[in-house]
Amino acid sequence: MFRARVYVTLKASVLDPQGSAVERALHALGYEEVRGVRIGKAIDVTLEAPDEKSARERVEAMCRELLANPVMETFEIEAVEAEG
Amino acid sequence: MRVAVVQFPGSNCDMDTVMALRDVTGAEPDLVWHGRRDLSDYGAIFLPGGFSYGDYLRAGAIARFAEAMDGVRKAAEDGRLVIGICNGFQILLEAGLLPGAMLHNDHLQFRCAIVPVRVERTDTPFTSKYAPGQVLRLPIAHGEGNYYADDETLEALERNRQVVFRYAGENPNGSRHDIAGIVNEAGNVLGMMPHPERAVHRLLGSEDGRAMIEAIWQAGRERQLV
Repeated sequence: MFRARVYVTLKASVLDPQGSAVERALHALGYEEVRGVRIGKAIDVTLEAPDEKSARERVEAMCRELLANPVMETFEIEAVEAEG
Repeated sequence: MRVAVVQFPGSNCDMDTVMALRDVTGAEPDLVWHGRRDLSDYGAIFLPGGFSYGDYLRAGAIARFAEAMDGVRKAAEDGRLVIGICNGFQILLEAGLLPGAMLHNDHLQFRCAIVPVRVERTDTPFTSKYAPGQVLRLPIAHGEGNYYADDETLEALERNRQVVFRYAGENPNGSRHDIAGIVNEAGNVLGMMPHPERAVHRLLGSEDGRAMIEAIWQAGRERQLV
């Protein structure tokens, strides 16, 4: 069993209004040094696979097909670890 | 012409759409469950608004894998009419039947209002009963209606005259080029964020959506769609 952590974020060229709102809130709290906030999502996928390489390949396919929308998002598979 | 309104788990404008179609045309549309793959009986298929599959992951992302979407894809290829309204538009984008993607509204608010929408072209099966440049009053109700496409796609959309509806007042969601609705290149698949089915009576605040349903009916007859 493997666990993969996927990060899906908006492309750099796409405005992230959630991030902008949080950035303004941080400034309001006095964190004036903040120069940018982008918000994405983390998706943990637990899957069965014979080895780490094939687990990664399967998760990559999932990202391309469903987990990220390539029109506006990019994805990064941060870690693939054996579970348990 | 026989018409289907596809019902996904979480659709909530399905009955509004059925009632608007019934009211404007006098014909009885079929409410079709998302698990039905074969939609070859229908000349026009409506994907209604709502929150299919709870809008989980992204609006429309999961609905695009419903069996009924096979039938929708086939209908689109056959030149039959496909109309996605609000969540239906989001589903068509996720399904790749229309280009682009939907982002959260740029102000992050859910916006519910009647807004001015300009008809950009009248040579489509959806807009033939409007006057060129006519400004309609149509309701919107969405949090994720900020139409996004990259520069190249936008340029192609404009060049092919695929932008059918544009917000004529303040842009309520930040969509690029003030886009409110587009068609595919063949012109038989329409996606739009405003709700024409909620604008079929003066009681509802506007009846500017009626002519769109009438246009679809006329096109169905002229093209002898099933």
